[in-house]
Order: sequence, then structure tokens, then C-alpha cells
Amino acid sequence: MNAIDEAHVLLADQVTKRFGGLIAVNKIDFTIPTQSIVSLIGPNGAGKTTFFNIIAGIYDPTAGRIEFGGETKIARSKRAWLEPLLWLIVPAILAVITIVLGTSGAPETVIAIGLFVTIITLLAVLVTGVARPPWYQRMLTRAGIFRSARPNDMVVAGLGRTFQNIRLFANMTAMENVLVGMHARMKASWLDALLSTPADRREEVSARVRARELLELVGLKGVDDELAKNLPYGDQRRLEIARALASNPTLLLLDEPTAGMNPRETQQLTDLISRLRRDLGLTILLIEHDMRVVMGISDRVTVLDHGEKIAEGTPDEVRRDPKVIEAYLGAPAV
Amino acid sequence: MTAIATPRVAPNTRVVRIIVIAFAAVLVYALILWRALLFAGELTAGNSLPGALFHVLTRFDATGNAFLPQAIQQTVNALSIGAIYALVALGYTLVYGIIELINFAHGDIYMLGAFASVVFLGGIMGQAAGVHDLLPLFLLLIGALAFTMPIIGLLNVGIERAVYRPLRNAPRLAPLITAIGVSFILQNVALTVAGSGDRKAPQIFPLEWQIPFGSASISVLSIVTFIVALVLMSTLQAFITRSRLGRAMRATAQDREASSLMGVDLNQTIALTFLIGGMLAGAAGVVWGLKFGYVKFDLGFNAGLKAFTAAVLGGIGNIGGAALGGFVIGFIENFASSLGFSRWSEFLVFMVLTFVLIFKPTGILGQASGDRA
Amino acid sequence: MSAGQRALRPRFERVRAGRSRIRDLSEQHRSATIFIGMLIVTLLMIYLPKYPPFNGILREQSWFDAFANAGVYVLLAMGLNVVVGLAGLLDLGYAAFFAIGAYTYAYSNSPYSGLDLPFLPMLVIGAAVAAVFGIALGAPTLRLRGDYLAIMTLGFGEIVPIVFLNLENWTQGTNGIGGIFRPEELPGIGRFGALTPFAYFILMAGIVTIAMVFLYRLQDSRVGRAWNAIREDELAAAANGINTVTTKLLAFALGATTAGLAGVFSASKLTIVSPDQFYFTVSFTVLAMVILGGMGNIWGVAAGAFVVFMIQTVALKQLNTIKEGFHLQPLDLGPIHWDLAKIDFTSYQFLLYGVALVAMMLLRPEGLFPSQRRRRELHIADEMLADHLVDEAPVVIDEAAVASSLGETPGADETFDGTTRGDEPGGDR
Repeated sequence: MNAIDEAHVLLADQVTKRFGGLIAVNKIDFTIPTQSIVSLIGPNGAGKTTFFNIIAGIYDPTAGRIEFGGETKIARSKRAWLEPLLWLIVPAILAVITIVLGTSGAPETVIAIGLFVTIITLLAVLVTGVARPPWYQRMLTRAGIFRSARPNDMVVAGLGRTFQNIRLFANMTAMENVLVGMHARMKASWLDALLSTPADRREEVSARVRARELLELVGLKGVDDELAKNLPYGDQRRLEIARALASNPTLLLLDEPTAGMNPRETQQLTDLISRLRRDLGLTILLIEHDMRVVMGISDRVTVLDHGEKIAEGTPDEVRRDPKVIEAYLGAPAV
Repeated sequence: MTAIATPRVAPNTRVVRIIVIAFAAVLVYALILWRALLFAGELTAGNSLPGALFHVLTRFDATGNAFLPQAIQQTVNALSIGAIYALVALGYTLVYGIIELINFAHGDIYMLGAFASVVFLGGIMGQAAGVHDLLPLFLLLIGALAFTMPIIGLLNVGIERAVYRPLRNAPRLAPLITAIGVSFILQNVALTVAGSGDRKAPQIFPLEWQIPFGSASISVLSIVTFIVALVLMSTLQAFITRSRLGRAMRATAQDREASSLMGVDLNQTIALTFLIGGMLAGAAGVVWGLKFGYVKFDLGFNAGLKAFTAAVLGGIGNIGGAALGGFVIGFIENFASSLGFSRWSEFLVFMVLTFVLIFKPTGILGQASGDRA
Repeated sequence: MSAGQRALRPRFERVRAGRSRIRDLSEQHRSATIFIGMLIVTLLMIYLPKYPPFNGILREQSWFDAFANAGVYVLLAMGLNVVVGLAGLLDLGYAAFFAIGAYTYAYSNSPYSGLDLPFLPMLVIGAAVAAVFGIALGAPTLRLRGDYLAIMTLGFGEIVPIVFLNLENWTQGTNGIGGIFRPEELPGIGRFGALTPFAYFILMAGIVTIAMVFLYRLQDSRVGRAWNAIREDELAAAANGINTVTTKLLAFALGATTAGLAGVFSASKLTIVSPDQFYFTVSFTVLAMVILGGMGNIWGVAAGAFVVFMIQTVALKQLNTIKEGFHLQPLDLGPIHWDLAKIDFTSYQFLLYGVALVAMMLLRPEGLFPSQRRRRELHIADEMLADHLVDEAPVVIDEAAVASSLGETPGADETFDGTTRGDEPGGDR
């Protein structure tokens, strides 16, 4: 990772996404400088949320790649067909050994053990292949196979996101929602929980302390035990942000965070976003329609239309760009 | 959200294409079955494994050809079994496409269709065997279908109205559990009324009508079964693609809210779907009775399971997929029973399903949704 | 909150306050509560059969036999609850893992195989073998959509008994494997015998208790929250760092483990395993128990399973006996001749299940004992938090006081009533 990369938290290189005949995102180059607030704007259907979803690992791009934290995390699969073959190598070797032993007259117990070991290994390999732990992904890369990071991998890498239509866990409390957000950073395994080890109990308590801190940070006091679906709309938006912050992200993706808010709430949220950058050192990527927010806090604005980048620059530069005006108002500026 | 496939190519070309491919597939199956029978025959005659394999590829003399008529006979048989499964699978897929419910009771509806047909034919003919005069036979068949199909269709509509409609907006698990409950209720009603054993069904279609073919013969009943199913499926396809109500069904399957906003009567459309599904299942029940000569309270469960597997195999929600899946399952079952290991047929079906779903999680003709989450 | 505010609260809340103090205590020491609760229940089950009307219905030993058999289903229901109720995965072939556990024990302890391995290790091994199969089935299929997963599990549940049936050379086909050796005696309790099932009963009570402790711990842990999240919204769960595949696989494997455990026990008690013990009706019965008992609620599911099983084995037979007392005449309605005396209630059990399920889904889909939201452990942690926070926010103290004086929360789906509780910072419990 060289000096130039360190200035960027995220780099998108010619990212394209095609759904059947529709090109949703077309060859977008995009960088997010560290600790900046970048806004992504554009008319409806411009491809903003699709682009978000690609960064978050929900879609595989048709072409191009996303680099996050210095590593290429998202790109079209390369030599994916090789992966199942890779799985079969070790079990195949064991199977061959077992067969050789069997035909050459080894005692029955040895054959049985050989068979047993082969099957268990096959299972273990299958499970590993399906679970895809980090070491396995590194192994794949070294073998020349590339598989994009899944959404949970991106979270582990330091990405947090909120959704355009709030996707809280409606029947869980606010506290539980934030605790789920912390899932990737907690170490306790199911075995620890089963045995109720001191380590597990300590982690649960400290997790709750931190969750409460996060809730207070976003301005939610005393609603820990409220069901998420019973919270007022503005609080739900804040809760979603608290949940996204719980995983200690370096980059926060906010999809229309002020949608449906009145001016006072919008201002409060805008202040919150500034505070997040200032106090937590976060980098923030925003999809927004509310121009006051965009112009108010963005360091940089990128404009998409019909899946392509049509303008990029400081809020003032973009505001005066004739292409942007045309995209929004539909006529060339006079 | 699922979509009932609509043609992107001109309909006539597409139909021709399908017919050609289907014909070719059937021929390929007959070929494979023939060589497999030869293989099995060689093994039982005491040949070694490599020897038998070798003969499969090379032996085309009289001994090898001895198995050909049997293969052809079984292929025709497979077509008729596949047709039954396809008819039932269509019911599953139609209902799933429109309300995303796996109607577990559908197999038992089919069973009741078989019983209804027995009641009708038994009532008229007693337990008489084959009717050899063409006109009375034809009238009886039409009568059985005309009796059974509406009754079962309406029964299906009634069940939907009573039990599934109240749960239309409930979480997915609720109607599913309810469907299982209804399935058990239907089975036990049949059990109570008809007892637990096989009940004889009048096989009015003469089983002796066979077309001799070398050492084997092709059953005319199988051919008739296949044709009946084909007619019903084509009618369904025409109805779905060309009629107003069919269009409403397709629209509702794609987007329930939007269609109701466009003025589609949701209740009526769903009721119609259940009616059609029930009618198809009823027809399948009639055919079963004619072909196998018995009905039993649990015949719906096993057949329903296979038919549902067929629908999933072909891509649930996809009409063509259901038909395809039905035939695939029918052929697999036929393959297993021709070679003498019919008790492994369910295992084989499950293996095929697993295999398909691993590589194409949405089924053979199913639509992939493009995202990975 | 002030004394004045407290005084203004309606009377019924203060009455309910007393009950919730017990609830508080039980939340803080959940394992102890489970032990004490199960002890009380077990003692009841030991002593009640000695007295009327119970001793008139069945002999004492027959009650213990029934309890032990019910325990098998309780265990199965608790295991399936993890898969269906907690993680939200529809498993329609659960009996397959039950079968695998049972046949594993049969191989290890019968004249047929010639082995006689010790019982307790076999409990673990049988459960482990079932777990392996659970993982084998789950790994490729858990990424499928819910309905496809349902058909895959259904298929698996169908073919496992078929495989056992068809591989006659290994499993003796329809005859099954009989003469399975019972375990050695339970020290201090007695031998495991056909006529003395008391030891089986006590062992099962112990197993169920331990299973409950473990399951509650899992439910209130990081993994349990992950399961809940996946059940609510799988995409959002993944977007928050949960590896949905491994988490679902864990639920599946744990469910299989529990079923395997139940299978070993069942084989050791019935001393015979055969394919017909494991058909779809068993999977369906367990699913019905989970649904009826209240999906997601561990003790609710256990209670539901127990009640359903007892109805099935005891109550239905009782209905037959009662019916015989009436000496019913056959009914003649036109062409239908219905011999009422021949009605056998036990054969109607699946009809009753079907009707009960349909009625349940239409009227009370959350089950008889709907699951409480897991706020109890939050309450415990609050107490612990109070020790950790340097500046004790009034919120914490008030929560504890508020929580203990407000009553029980309503069922899982009821909406929050803002009026009585909107003022307290802690919200409702």
C-alpha cells in the first residue's frame, strides 16, 4: 500500500453493472479520500443505490473492481470454476490412498479408517468452501481465483452501511439491533456462550456498555429496550446509524439518511454526520436528494445520471455545472 | 417475486423448437435406456463389469437388439407417467407463482380426484373391466373428466377461500403449515371413509389394447394419457398467454400490488388459479385410476412430493418448468423401474434435485435474480 | 421515579409488580431457575401418578414410560425449535437426523452388529454422527431460498428411511435392528428395564434440563442474536457482518445434534429401530409440536411437545375407554352405515393434528406459549452495567425500578401501548 493509496479509503475502477439488457452502472471511476464526506447525487434511477450495493458486496460487478483498504475486494469472479476442483484435491488424494490400500489387501480396519478420514475431510473442505473464512480467501487469491467479498466480509474489512428503506430488525430492541451491529467485532463463539465462560460474560457486558455509548452518540437516550418498530421515524434512522457504527467502520455508507425528515431533524442529522467525521475520524459516502445537506457538509460531490458519472467536484463547482443542471431540470442552462 | 415465462421469440418458432427438442430428448432417452437394459442384462447373465460396458458400446446384433422393443415400450410408459406428474406439478407451480405458497395439500387433491373418478366410473360401470366399443369408451372418459375436474377444482377453490385467504398477508410459514394441516385432514378423511387399503378402480380403458412391437408392445392407454395431458397443457398455455383472465394471472404473479392497482380482482384471480390447478390435478387423478387400477388414501402424498420436486426442478413459478420437471421425474422413475431398482427411484429423484439446485439454485428454467445476498 | 408517580399508577400494575419480582430473580439466575423449575416438574411427575385420578388411568410405571417417551419428543421439539423458531429455517425432514442417531446406537449395541459399547459415550457419538450429516446436508443447501430449502430437507427426510429400508444387507430392511442392549443401571435410581422405565425417565429429565440450560444460553448470546437477525432480515444481517451461511449451518447442525441425541435415547429404550419409525409423519409431528407450543420459545415448545404427546398417547386412549362405556349403536344414514362403536380415537390423531394446526394458524399463529422477547438478559446485564459505569446514569437505576414495577410484557406481536409507559425512560419490559 503506497502513499497514494493511503489517501483513499475506497477506489472504484471502471465499475460496470449490467442486469440482462439494462446497464445500471457504466464504467464508473470513483475515489473516496480518507476522512472526507463525499455525496453521490443524481436523478432517480441513476444507479446510485446499485453502485452502493456493489460497494457493499451485494452485487458482483459485470466489470471493473473496487479497492477497499488497499486490497481489491470486489470484482467479477475470476476462474470461479476452479474452486470446486480445488476442494476435491485433498479428499481425492485420500480416496486414492484408501482405494490403493483396499485393493492391496490391507486389514479391514485400516480401510475403514481411510474411508472415514476421506469423508470427514471432504465434509470439512466443503464447509470451509461454503463458509469462506479470511485465510481461505487468501488461499484462493494465491491460486489465481478471485471471488468478491460478501457483505459480511466488507463489514469485517471496515465498511458500515444504512439502507434507503430502513432495514432495522423491527422486532428486536434498539439495544439488540446495535449489538447485532457489533457481531463482526465480538469474539465469543457459540461454544463460549454455551459454557457461559467468564470471557463471554465479560464481552457481553462491555458490548452493552459500548452499545449504550453509541446510542447516546447518535442522540438516542433511554430507548434501549424499545422495539425498533415502535420508535419514531427519526429515531429509527439514528438507530440504523448507531448499528452501522457498532462494527467500528472506517467507511460509512449512508443511503438517503435524511429522507422523510423535516428541516429541524435534517439539520440535527447533518450535524451528527459532521460530528462522526470529526470525532470518530470516519470517512462518509452519502446518497442524498436534499441539496441543503449535500451542499452543506460535502467535501466533494459526484453526480450520476443513467449510470454514468457526469460531474464531480466541490459543491459549488457541481452546482454550476451545465450538465448537472440539464440532468435535473431537463434543459440546457441558458 | 416470480414470473411465469413469456415468449421472447415468435410463438410459432418457439413451439416448433420445443417440439423438436422434446422429440430428440425422448429418442435419446430411449437409446440410453436400451443400452442400459443391455448392460443390466449382461451383468445378470454373468458378464464382468468391463465386459458389459464394452458390449454396451459395441453390441448391435440380435442379442443387443432384443432389448430395443422393451426400451421403446418403457419410453412410452415414461411419457405417460411424466404426463401425470406434469399435470400435478402445474398445479403446484401456478399456485406458487401467484401467492408464493407451497400447497402441500395439492397432492391430496389429486388423490381425491382419483377417488372421485372411481366413484363416477364405478357408479356407472360397476367393477366392469375394459369397454371395447369406442364411442361408449370415449363418452365415459369425457364423462369422468367432466365429472372430476370441476368438482376437484371447486374443492380447491373452497379450501383456498376457507383456509388460505385469511392468511394471505401472514408470514410465509403460516400458510405453509396450514397447507400441511389441510393435507393431513384430506388424507385422514379419505382414510376414514375408504379405509387404509387399496380400493379397486374400474379400468374401463382396455388394457389389452397394445401395439405389438417386436417382443414388447406399446400400451395404447399410455399414448392416450400422454395426449390427454398434452391437450390440457396446451389449453392451459393458450389460456394463460391469450385470454384476459390468463393475463391477469400472469400480472398478479409478477406483481400483486400493481395488478390490483390496475383493476385486477385479486380474489377472483387467485380463486381462478386454484380452480385451474385443481382441475388439472383432478384430470391427473382420473388418469391414475385408469392406468393403475387402484386408489389409496396416501397416493397423494408420495406423488405430490414427486410432483412438487418436479415443479422445483423445473423452476418453481414457471409453467414450462413444471411440465419439464414432471417429465424429467417421470423419466427418472421409469428408468429406475425398468432396470429393476424402483425402490431407489425416490433416492434418484432427490439426487437429481440436489445436483440441479447446486448448480442452478432457481431450477432448470427458473429465473436467477442477479444478486448474491 | 418519585413516590408520587408511583402512587398514581393503577392498581393492577402494582399487583402485577409482585409477580415480576420473581421474574427478576429468575432472569438473573437463569440456570438456577431452570434447575429448580425442572426439579419441581420432575417431582410432580414422580408423585402425581400415585394419586387419583392419575393412578386410575395408568399404572405408575406406565406413566414413567409415557413420560420418558414424551421426553424424546420434547428433546426433538427443542432441537427443531432452534432451526425453525430461532434461525427461521424451514426443515421438513427433521426425522432423518433422529433416524441417524437411532441407527448409530443400534449398530453400536446390538446382537446384529456384535458390538456392545458403553452408553454415555454413545450418546455423544450418536449426536455427533447426526451433526455430521446435518452439516453435510446444510453446507450446499442453506444458501438456497427458503422454499427450496424446505423441499431439500423434505427430500432428505424422505430418503434417509428409504436408504435404511433398502440397504437390507446392512440394516435388515423393514425388520430393522432389534434386541438392542439397554444401558447399564443409573446409580442410585435403578436399572433400565422394559418394566422399570423409571431410570429412563430420570435420565431424560436430566438431559432435557441440561439441554434447556444450553439452549437458553445460546439464545441470549451473540449467536442467538445473529439467528434472530437472520430470521428477521437476512440481507440486513449480512450487511451487519453476520456470516449468514455459517450461522445457519450452526443452527442446522445443533438441531441435528439434538435429534441424534434423542435418537440414541429412543433406540436404547425401544430396543428396536426400523425405518417406519422415521417417516414424514414424525417430522410433521415434531413440527406441529413446535408450532403449537410457540415457535421460538424454548420452554413453550417443550411444554407444547409434552402436552401434545400426552394427549396423543394417553388422552386418546382414554377417549376410547370412555366411548366403550357408552355402548354406542351403529348409525344408519341412508347409504352410509357407520359403526360408531368401531371408532378408534388413536387413529384420528393425525386428523386432529391437521385440524389443530389449521385452527392454530388461523386463530393464534404465535402458538400457545408465544416467545417473550429476550429482554430478561438485558435486565441482568443492566445490573452488571450499574457496577461498571463510572457515573451511574439515572436511566439505569430507573430502568430496574421501572422494569420491576411494570408487569409482564404482552405476546411477541402486540404493539407497544404508549400511554401508560411513555413517560418512564426505561420503556416497557
